[in-house]
Formats: sequence, structure tokens, C-alpha cells
Amino acid sequence: MTDPGLTVREIRDRVAAGTLSAVESCRDAFDRIAKTDPRLGAFLAVDRERALVRAAALDAGAPEREGPLAGVPLAIKDNICTRGLVTTAGSRALARYVPPASATVVDRLERAGAIVVGKTNCDEFAMGSSTEHSAFGPTRNPWDVGRSPGGSSGGSASAVAARLVPAALGSDTGGSVRQPAAFCGIVGLKPTYGRVSRSGLIAFASSLDQIGPLTLTVADAALLLEVIGGPDERDSTAAPVSAVSPFRADMLADARGLRVGVPRGALGEGLDGEMAALFEGALAVLAARGAHVEPVDLPHLPFGIPAYYVVATAEASSNLARYDGVRYGVRSAEDDAVSDLRRMYERTRQQAFGAEVKRRIMLGTYALSAGYYDAYYLKAQAVRALIRRDFDEAFRRVDAVALPTAPTPAFRLGDRIDDPLRMYLSDVFTVGASLAGLPAVSVPCGLSGGGLPAGLQLIGRAFDEATILGLASAYERECPWWRRRPAVSG
Amino acid sequence: MPPLSDADVIRIARLARLDLTGLERHRLAQELSAILDYAGQLTRVATAASESSLHPGVRQLPERPDDPVPGLDRNEALQNAPDADVRAGLFRVPRVLGG
Repeated sequence: MTDPGLTVREIRDRVAAGTLSAVESCRDAFDRIAKTDPRLGAFLAVDRERALVRAAALDAGAPEREGPLAGVPLAIKDNICTRGLVTTAGSRALARYVPPASATVVDRLERAGAIVVGKTNCDEFAMGSSTEHSAFGPTRNPWDVGRSPGGSSGGSASAVAARLVPAALGSDTGGSVRQPAAFCGIVGLKPTYGRVSRSGLIAFASSLDQIGPLTLTVADAALLLEVIGGPDERDSTAAPVSAVSPFRADMLADARGLRVGVPRGALGEGLDGEMAALFEGALAVLAARGAHVEPVDLPHLPFGIPAYYVVATAEASSNLARYDGVRYGVRSAEDDAVSDLRRMYERTRQQAFGAEVKRRIMLGTYALSAGYYDAYYLKAQAVRALIRRDFDEAFRRVDAVALPTAPTPAFRLGDRIDDPLRMYLSDVFTVGASLAGLPAVSVPCGLSGGGLPAGLQLIGRAFDEATILGLASAYERECPWWRRRPAVSG
Repeated sequence: MPPLSDADVIRIARLARLDLTGLERHRLAQELSAILDYAGQLTRVATAASESSLHPGVRQLPERPDDPVPGLDRNEALQNAPDADVRAGLFRVPRVLGG
């Protein structure tokens, strides 16, 4: 049995050196999942048979053996399509959906030698901040199984934090990679909008959605980004910029000369006292490593949550129109739904969607409806443009903007499920980078008195993941919080 | 703004093709009113129409040659359909016209 705490790079290096086989590496992952996942509910599906066939082929010398992720077992959030493997997006609507093609990111990971071992739980269609809105039940936080792992990529975060797999993919629309990474004490990266192809990602809000890695270390996040990033003819918004320059773990021995901006006044409302102290402590570490920490003005950032929840729900209401019971997904079998097309749509959608998805479709439909479009949707888009302009101004003076990832540590399951607005405020520090389309990374920055992880968020210039990863890496070298294991671990 | 009425919720649900229950409508009227009230703070921000762009980061989309490429195979496209006539290559839906 291999050490369950191995990172992506460590597994890859051992497989390349021949001291660990891909089959062994995958079998160990399946053993850990079988033993530990019943307490977490991180996985919706595992694919043992196909994974072991691929691993055996790799060990027998398949060309992927030379890839940068050879023999690394990975988990994929269940809103990312995997050919031949059920992909539900956490929804009853897609409970039996088998994609005819894999997402571009999955193809790229497999070409790089990674082996997909299973699909991880998420809020339905990635709409949520706790993974409680999955149609298949919640996922639990390995640091305290009474608490949420965050969301919507909660299954991916829980699986990596518990060392079931060394890394997973998630998707981030308003914080859905970063917030669960912070809640679970691991690294989560939301790339620049357009860095990673969305082809095969089940759409929630297309101008915000971005796939990103959840890993134990910053170097692993950089490695996964190198593999999944880059232009793609299947997604015209995947920007035609060259692939991420190879990231070296020794890229920044310290943070010397880098300027880190902290938004003036942004830390007041709703920020838990312990989280504020851990954030201040992390800034002090960056300063001790040579960074200049200074205040910056992002005057429109406080309007991020209302702007986000108008734009995202408007896009969601449009994207989810496709679940009409015709081409895929479930269809209502009731008598009137059989004889009347409109009733079929209405009954199918009523039965297929959960409460949060209906809430967002309703909100988005309202915001786009005649008479309200200007007041809500266009206004929110205009505020969004101002938020981006604020960041552009700030980046003339600083190289990164620092914020806490989340205002509180992981909350208790059930705590916010009946209060949608309160749940939305979990995203208060993450929606800014999403609206502006900028890259942002969350790196663990300590534990609360109750033993719950906190995350330091670093936001960078568009397509400059290298700087924030370098800063995060400099912090991580000084404070390797990722080495702490949660209470439940494989 | 005034809270949403049941008639408002019914109108939006009809646009969204959702056949909500009475209890759902009642809850949504309250929840959506609270969320829209919160979103109302956006009106406090001074914005110009020119500031509204479709995406703040994307300026230009790449183009590809307009050459036909194979798409999804018809049988594969039908494999997830809740009702289909696979031999004819068709999705099947309730009658749209006449009846």
C-alpha cells in the first residue's frame, strides 16, 4: 500500500522511475475510496474496471506513460463529461445521462497519462456553496463530518483533502473551486476566464464558468493547469494564448519585490474574527518573504454579490432551458405530459430540478423578462464592468490582490440550507475575480481554534497565473499547512 | 420595490416552463422578493450605458475556416433520448400540431 499522502508529482515521479506501477497507484486509490468514502460521500461513481485497464496499458508501455501525469489517479467533478461514464451534474434530470464524448480537459488529462477513477458530488448543476443541493445527498467535510465541505465542488475538495485521490478537477463560477478548497484545507485554482476549454463542462453561467484543479500543493495545481489549459477548437472562448509556461516549484524562492494589494474596507462586514486574524497572519508571512503589502481601492467590489447573482442566474435560466425532456435526461411520464408538449416540458422540469435550481431559474427568468431586463441584467453587467475596471486600476500598482477565500470556516450541514441569501454571502470574497474573469488561487493559511481550515486567496492579472501561483508557493513553502491531515483520511 | 405576488410568480414560472406547486410558489414569492430587494442596491451604483459589455475580459473570439467537420453521430445523439425512434433517426415528442 502506497502512502496515501503522496502528491501528484510524487506519484508521477515514482511511476516514471518504475518504483510504483500505475495499477498499484490506482488500486490503492480504489481501496482508500472503498474504506473511507462511505463516511464522506465524495464520490457519485467510481470506474474501477476501465481505470485498471488503462493503468495496465500504461504499465505495459502505452504512449501516455511518457506523459507528465503518468499513473496519477484523478477524480472529476460530475458536471464534467466523461465518455461512457454516467455524468449527472448532481441532478435528477441527468441521473442516467451517459455522455457520448469526454470534455476537452478529460481528454487532455488522459493523454497526459492520468487515470480517471471516478466522479465527484456537487451541488445540482454547480448551483450552491455547500454541496447540500446535490440530488444525491450531501458530501461531508473530512475535518468535521458534521460540516459542509463547501461547494459546489465539495466532492472534489473532500476527496483530495481526505487523500482518497491526490487531485481532482472542479468548476468555479462564483467561487466553487476556491471556497471548497479553503473549507477543506487544500489548494484550489480558478484560472483566467478563457484559459481552460469549457467544452464538455455542463453549462451553468457561460460567461463565468471555468474548470480548475483542486490539489494538495501549489506546484500540483500548476502542473494540472499546464495540462488542461490552452486553446481548443471546440470552445471559441478558450483564448488563443500560448499554453501556460511550465511552472517550476523553485520559480519564486521568495516574494521579494512583488506588490500585494489588500482592498481597503473590504474586510469588514461578515468576516469572522478568527478568519481575519489568519488572513492578517498570512499577509505578514508574505511581507516577511519580501512582498510589499499595501492597501488598494476596489470601490465596486462590495456590489459583487448582487451583480453576480443577477448575471449568473440570468445565464443559468437560459442554459437550463435545454432540459426539456426531449434530447436527453428524464421526461415526465404523467398522462397529460404524454399528450401535450407544453405540459410535458412543465411537468418534466418540475420533477427534474431541485429547489435551488428552480429558485435560480426563476430569478434569472425574472431578471431577463420584459420590463426588468434593463433594471437588473444590464445594470448588473455594467457594475461587472466597473469591478473589472477597479481591478485593472489596482493592477497598475500591484501584482496581486489578496483576500480571504471565505468569510467563515466550514459551516454546519443544514445551517444555511433554508436561507438562500445567507448561503449566497458565502461567496462574498470569491465573486469579484469571477465577474472580472481573473485568475485566483486559494492556498491553506491555517486552522481556526476549532481545527477548521482557512484559505488565503490571491487574485492576479488576466492570464498571469504564474505570479499568483508563485506567491502562493512562496507562502506554502514557509507554512505548509497542506501537510496537516484531517480527522477523516484515507 | 413591492414584494412579488402569487400572480407574478405564476407569470415567471410560465416563462420558465416550471409547473410549481402552491407551496413552492408561496416560498418563492418570499425568497425572490428578499433576493431582488438585496439586488436593488445595484441601483445605487452610478453606471453609464457604455459600461455594459457582454464580457469584461473577452474582446475578440478566434475564427476557424468555414469547413465542414463531422459532428455527433446520429445514433450517439439519440442514445440518451427519453423517447426516440432509433431506426428512423428521430426524437419522439408529444403531438405538436392538430390532435
